[in-house]
This record gives sequence, C-alpha cells and structure tokens, in this order.
Amino acid sequence: MIAFFLALGVLTVSGGMAVLAGRNSRLATCWGVSGALVGCLAGLAPAIQVLMGSAGFSFRSAWDVPYGEFYLAIDPLTAWFLLPVFGVSALAAVYSSEYLRPFGERQSLGPIFGWFNILIASMALVVAARNAVLFLVAWEVMSLASFFLVTFEDEREEVREAGWTYLVATHLGTAFLFVLFTLLGRQAGSMNFDQFSAISSMPSVLTAVLFLLALVGFGTKAGFMPLHVWLPEAHPAAPSHVSAVMSGVMIKLGIYGILRTLTFLGPPPAWWGQTFLMIGMTSGVLGVVFALSQHDLKRLLAYHSVENIGIIALGLGIGLLGHSKGQPVMSWLGFGGALLHVLNHSLFKALLFLGAGSVLHATGTRELDRLGGLLKTMPWTAFTFLVGAMAICGLPPFNGFVSEWLIYVGGFRGFLEFTTRSGMWLGLGIAALALIGGLAAACFAKAFGTVFLGSPRESRAHPLHEAGPAMLIPMMVLVGSCLAIGLWPHRVVQFMMPAISGIYNETPSLNIEGMASALAGLMMVSATAALFLCITLALVVLRRLSLSNRPISQTVTWDCGYTAPAASMQYTAASFAQPLVRLFQSVLRTQSHEQAPAGYFPASARLTSHTPDVATAYLFLPLFAKVRRGLEGLRWLQQGRVQLYLLYIFITLVVLLVWKLGV
Amino acid sequence: MSVIPLLLSLGLALVCPPLLLGVIHKTKAILTGRVGAPVLQPYYDLWKLLQKGAVYSRTTSWVFRAGPLVSPAAFLTAALFVPLTTPSALLSFWGDVVLWAYLIGVARFITVLAALDTGSSFEGMGASREVTFASLAEPALFVALAVIAKVTGSVQLSEMFGPVLGQAWRTAGPALALAAASFFLVLLAENARMPVDDPTTHLELTMIHEVMVLDHSGPDFAFILYGSALKLFLFSVLLVRLLVPVHIGVVWLDLVIVVAGLLGLAVLIGIVESSMARLRLIRVPQLLVTSGVLAAVGLLLVWR
Repeated sequence: MIAFFLALGVLTVSGGMAVLAGRNSRLATCWGVSGALVGCLAGLAPAIQVLMGSAGFSFRSAWDVPYGEFYLAIDPLTAWFLLPVFGVSALAAVYSSEYLRPFGERQSLGPIFGWFNILIASMALVVAARNAVLFLVAWEVMSLASFFLVTFEDEREEVREAGWTYLVATHLGTAFLFVLFTLLGRQAGSMNFDQFSAISSMPSVLTAVLFLLALVGFGTKAGFMPLHVWLPEAHPAAPSHVSAVMSGVMIKLGIYGILRTLTFLGPPPAWWGQTFLMIGMTSGVLGVVFALSQHDLKRLLAYHSVENIGIIALGLGIGLLGHSKGQPVMSWLGFGGALLHVLNHSLFKALLFLGAGSVLHATGTRELDRLGGLLKTMPWTAFTFLVGAMAICGLPPFNGFVSEWLIYVGGFRGFLEFTTRSGMWLGLGIAALALIGGLAAACFAKAFGTVFLGSPRESRAHPLHEAGPAMLIPMMVLVGSCLAIGLWPHRVVQFMMPAISGIYNETPSLNIEGMASALAGLMMVSATAALFLCITLALVVLRRLSLSNRPISQTVTWDCGYTAPAASMQYTAASFAQPLVRLFQSVLRTQSHEQAPAGYFPASARLTSHTPDVATAYLFLPLFAKVRRGLEGLRWLQQGRVQLYLLYIFITLVVLLVWKLGV
Repeated sequence: MSVIPLLLSLGLALVCPPLLLGVIHKTKAILTGRVGAPVLQPYYDLWKLLQKGAVYSRTTSWVFRAGPLVSPAAFLTAALFVPLTTPSALLSFWGDVVLWAYLIGVARFITVLAALDTGSSFEGMGASREVTFASLAEPALFVALAVIAKVTGSVQLSEMFGPVLGQAWRTAGPALALAAASFFLVLLAENARMPVDDPTTHLELTMIHEVMVLDHSGPDFAFILYGSALKLFLFSVLLVRLLVPVHIGVVWLDLVIVVAGLLGLAVLIGIVESSMARLRLIRVPQLLVTSGVLAAVGLLLVWR
C-alpha cells in the first residue's frame, strides 16, 4: 500500500511542480514526465504483487466529509485495472515529452503535464476507492482533469465544442451515479463498498433500478451506444497521447464501475446478461459501421473504441448469462474474455492513437484522403500501426484474437448448452461478433492502406520525418506487449485468474472438463500462433532461394497502358468504404454534396460527404432542444442582479433549516 | 492414433489443391465445347512461375512483398486443422473453428493491404470489393458453422466434420442441408468463383481477387496461386465432409472417398461457372445475405 500512496503522491506533486514551472516548457516536461514514470512504476508494483497471488492491501482512515471515509483497497479486480492505468499512462507520458514540444513554443506546457499526472492519479484512486463519496470525488476529478486535457488547444473552435459536449455528457452520467450510490447507501446504512456487498437482500425491483442506473451512469463513460456521443468528439480534439489514455484507459473505468456494481447487486437474473448482449451487439456493429464512414483518422479510431466496448459488453453478457444459468465455465470464459479485452484494447488502442499522433505530428493533418505513402518516410510508425491494426481486428498472432477467442468460445459453450431463448441470443451474439470482425478488418485495411501505403496524395513543402525515439520507444513497447499476449496467452490468463474470480467469488475448478479444454485451447492458440510465424519465415526463405540468381526489376504499377498516372488517381478512403457505407445507409445517413461536371468541357466538379453521428443528430439534439424549450418558462428567475441571487440563497437556507428542524 | 494417416492426409492437402483448379477448368472447357488445358496445367503454371524472376512496382514497399508470403502461410496453418479423414486433424482443440476462420481473415487482410500498396485504382477497387463481400460472408459462415456445431455438439473442426455427422443427418437433415447450401455460397464467394467473381475475365474493372494480385509476378505470384488453390481446397474439404459423412474406418478407403468427393465438387463448381453469369456487384450482397438467411433458418430448425 505504501508504494500505491507513493505513486499517488509523486503524481500529484510532480503535476503541481509542472504547473509551477509555467512557461519554462523544458522544466515542465521534465517534472511531468519523470513524475509520471516514477509514479506509474511505483503504482504497478502493488498491482502486480496482488495479481501474483499475495493478499490484497487495504487502508482506512477517517475523513471529515459527511458519509465519507478514506478507505482504499487493492483486490485482484482493482489490480487488473491498475495495469492499464499505470502501464499505458506511463508510456503515453514518455511519448508526450516529444509530441508536445512544438506546442511548447506557443503556449505554456505546465497545465497539460499537471492535469495529465492528476488524471493518472485520479484514475488509480477511482479503482482503489472503497467508499462511495471518495469514489465520486475521484471520478469527478478524473472527468475534470480529462476535460482540461481535451481542451488543450482551446484556440480552435471545434476543440471548445468537443470539450463542452464531453463536459455535459460526463456530468449527466455522473448524476446517475449519485442516485445509484445514494440508493445503495440507504440500503446498506453506510457508504462503504464492503457494506454494499453485505446487503443481504433487496427487492428485485430495486436491484433492477440500480442495475439500470449503473448501466447508464457508467455506460456513458464507457461509451455504450447511444451514450457514446462524446467519444467521437473528444478523442479527436484531445492531444494524441491524451486520446490514447482516454480511449485506452479511462473509458475502461466505466467497465470497472459496472463490474464493481455487479458485486453489490447479488446474483444476476438472466435479463441482465441479455441486456449486455444487446448492448454489445448494437455498440459493436454500429461502432464499426460509423468508423467505416469517417474521413478523420482519430475520429475513426474513436468509433472503434465504441466497437471494442461493444465486444467487452458481449463478453460481460456471456459471463452474466453463464452465471445466472449455472454454467461456471461459460461465465468464466465470458468474464475472462471481457477482462482480457479491457487490457488488450488499452494496449492496441493506445498504440493506434499514438501512431495517429505521429502522423499528425509529421504531416499536420488527420484527413485520410490527404495522406498516403507514409510507410516510406515513417517506416517504424507504419510498422507499429500495422501491428495495432491487426491486433484490433482480432487477427492472430496478436492479442486481440485471444480475448475474442475467449468470448467466442464462451458464447459457443452456452449456445450448445441452452435450449431456450438465451441460446438464440448467444447465436446472435456470435454472428454479430463475426460481422464486427469482418467490418473491423475492412475499416483498418482502409485506414492503414490510405495513410501508409501507395504514394503521397499531396506534395508537401517540408520533407516528412520519422518520429523520434521518445515517441517510437513507447510504441515499440506496446507492439511487444501485443505480440507477447498473442504468443503466451495462457500465462496472461493465469495472471488474470484471481481478477475473474473477484467478480462473483467463484472459480471453476481447473479439473472440470470445460475448464481444462479451455486452458488447453489457449495453449494451442499460442502454439498455432508460433507455428504460423514459423511457416511465414520458412516461406520467406523459400522465396529468397527461388529468387536468387534471377532478375529482379523495378517498374511502374500496372496502369492499363495509361501514360500519365498521378498520385491523386489512387483509390481514396471514401471510395474504399463506399460499398459498405451504402449497405448501411439506413443507419449512417451519410450526406453528400455533389457538384457534377457540366458542359462539354467540364472545368470543375466536387463531391464531399459527411456522416454526422446518428445519436447526436436524431436523439440528443432534438431532446435537448425540447428540454430547453420546456425550461424557457423559468427564464424570469435569471435577472442578472446579485442581490436577487443572494436572496435565492437565503430562501434556500431558510427552507432547508425549516425542513431539518421539522417545524 | 497412428501418425501415418495424419501424414498421408497432410501430404494430400499439400499436393492436391491445384488439381481442383485443373478439374474446374477442364469441366468448363468440356461444357463449352473446347478441349481445354490439361488437368495438371495449374502445376505446370506454378512450376513455370517459380522459375521466373520478379518485377516490382516502384510504389510498393515491404507490405507488398509480405502479402504473397503471409497469406499462404495462414492457409497452410489453417490446413492443419482441417480433418481430411478419420478421427482427427493434425491439430485440434475445442474452439479451433474460430482460429481457423480468423487465420483465413489474416490472409485476406494482408492480401488487401498488398493490393493497396501498389497505389493503383484498380487494385484499390478490388480490395474494396473483397473486404465488402468478406465482411458479409463472415457472419453467414459463422451461422452455418453454428448450425453444424449445434447438431454435433462441438466447436472442434475434426468433431464437427467427423463421424458424428452421419448420425446427425438422420436427426437434423433439413437443417444440415440448409447449412450446406449456405456454406456452398460462402465457398463460392470466398474463393472468387462465379457468380460472385469471374476468375477468367481480363477486364480489371470487373474483377475482385484477380485484380488485387495484378502486380505480383514470378515466385510471388506462384505463392498466391497456390494459396488461393489451398483456400479453395480447405473450404471444399469441409463441404465434402459435411455432404458425404461416410466413415468406413480404413484410412486409404476414407481418403479415396474424400478425394472423389472433392473432384465431384470441383466438377459442380465448373458446372455452376459455365451455366451462369457473374452477378452485378450490387447484387452480390443480396446473395451473401441469402446465404446467411439460409443458415439462420437452419438454426431455427435445430432449435425446434
């Protein structure tokens, strides 16, 4: 526990020092990055210790806040979430030392390093808090810190807009959490989490309400469709290392919140699992479909976060359904897949956002159709982005496949076992997961293909440069972890065991037939991944042999005899995705503006297309417009006179006093 | 389990694939009144290509060179899970069907990237079509596999397509028939056959798979040809095992039955290709959705 406090202390102090460094951007960078590194390494130690099997830590101390207690604990579930919190954030911090340098010439870097370290500390506090008040405080600090990070480039209109959307969304979500914890606190008679878990029985209506509150409150942070609307706004607006941490780590804390709440609510009824399956299917499929229609690299990645949260929700649904139907192996596979995907997604999504950041750093644009051919100027960034793309598509031999495999196999277990409607749900879930896999591969073929392959679509004034070592080394570490989990999944799963059993306090015995075959399956996945790499290597040798002493020549790409091919004639990202976008037109509602060529000697033609978020455009904007119209009747309250506001405060106090004294 | 039958079937899986292509071509030639190339022509082609040098486009990078290596490697790995005969495949575990499908996904992904690496519009077009159709074929394939899994009670390829099927046809015949029909459509789509893709066309605008590999030459192209033959072989073996669930117990006899089934399937594909035109590209998604619906109806039938 001391190491954990050390981590929190170092992060907060170094954050403060970075702010104090002010306009001296080198000093601020120094404080911020070294503090983040030391803090994160210190924080990782207890997490790894707990996952290795040592007893959990806890710490309690009185706190003056009403109902609050300074109560922290690290159990395996917390420890599992601490891995991405500290691991990915440390790498992002190293990356930022170089990424932010150009900004340092224009503005002070103190605040961004300060808020970044505060964000890490608050995320760690969120997963370690065992008191609802403390949890909410940490949650709020996390939301505010990330808000200030998102609005770093606040001189740009769209960044302010995105920050505003994020601030509203996150607070609406938090409002649900207040209700959730208040209701739980009333039942338990205390705001401590251990008292919540000890609630002996609750009316089933109340559990249902609590479940739904948690679903909306934490789901807003996690980004379940249609609560995801802030994600595609905030992630592109934030600096790339912040997007990496927000998308890779912070939204996972929504999943953590849901898991933690599940431990309070007792045995789950079957409809919870079905609800999660439904959420998973909609978020997964719609997330990737919207990603396909995007032209902005970081916005595309943000929609993929929605998709991956959907995959995690599918895993949770399978786990819950398995638990409620008395299928321990299925439950284990579902929860295991979800938890492993939490870690995996934090690795490859951070990798992809950092890669996108390097592209932005070098070219100054996120617009897919203005890029191209970057593989030749930025070979290492391209390589790391390719690994991230394959991992996120769930392709072996990388880590994404392992977690998706666990979820598939869990789904199939239940599918073969159940004869009721639940089995049908699982069948749908499996089909949806297959569709998601296919579409994700299409989308990343588009993203990687347009940005890195072919030739540059625009000529640039300055020659492009590869990212420097401070940016590349964190990305290479992430590549290494993606490959390591893909090649040694059984090790990682053993590490994860205590975290999975932390959810419902049950571990299926390793001797059960299903468990044994699942673990053996993981070994085989690992063996196959290694074999696949070996066969590829063998083919490399074979080709080298067959090409030795043979002529190898270079020429142009086959152009059907056309004499003046140009880089702008390459297939664009928009054209690449067009057939799929068209198929899903009924949900996407892509708007295109066309100026067709006219006359015998057409001079100009234009085609632009734009896909607004369907939930924003057709659900939230009309809803908020209605609310606003409804509230216009209260305008007279706002007169802008200070005396009047003082009067309001006075009246409120009197009313509260009267109520409290019961006159 | 003895080693010899496993090695024998592995050897067959390595050697046989181009033969299927030869039989398809011969069937098409006969049906259209031509003599056609010898059945072994694909082998001659491979041999000739392996003797040649290579030409690379200046636009391309290592991704382009990786395509022809990674995709056959993925198919070869996937081949180890496919039960050609008898109790088991070379590799087999509970849930290997997912790995099998995703290995094929790896091959597709890298082929598409290699196509995009040339910077050619034609290849971009082919790649775009490939990913579109593949992402629709994927759920259809999984639902068809789910039907078979439900009937046989396993998600292990060598059990799903193993001796249990013979019994299953008696109890769940209609569902399996629907799954087989769906699987056949997926096979045609995944392997760039008519009516989804025309493997013999010479117009870049209309092709899918062929246009993606336009710029590959020499040994690289040989690897690609072999890889796509192997992919066809893998799908065909599963379909044949599904349709002809005969299990005698004598290894060589079982192998003969499977090979006869494969040749029969190749003839069937040849007949399909000679008797219909390629669908308009807009219609292809409908075909794939049909395939998914067939499998889903099969699923409802198993569900009672």
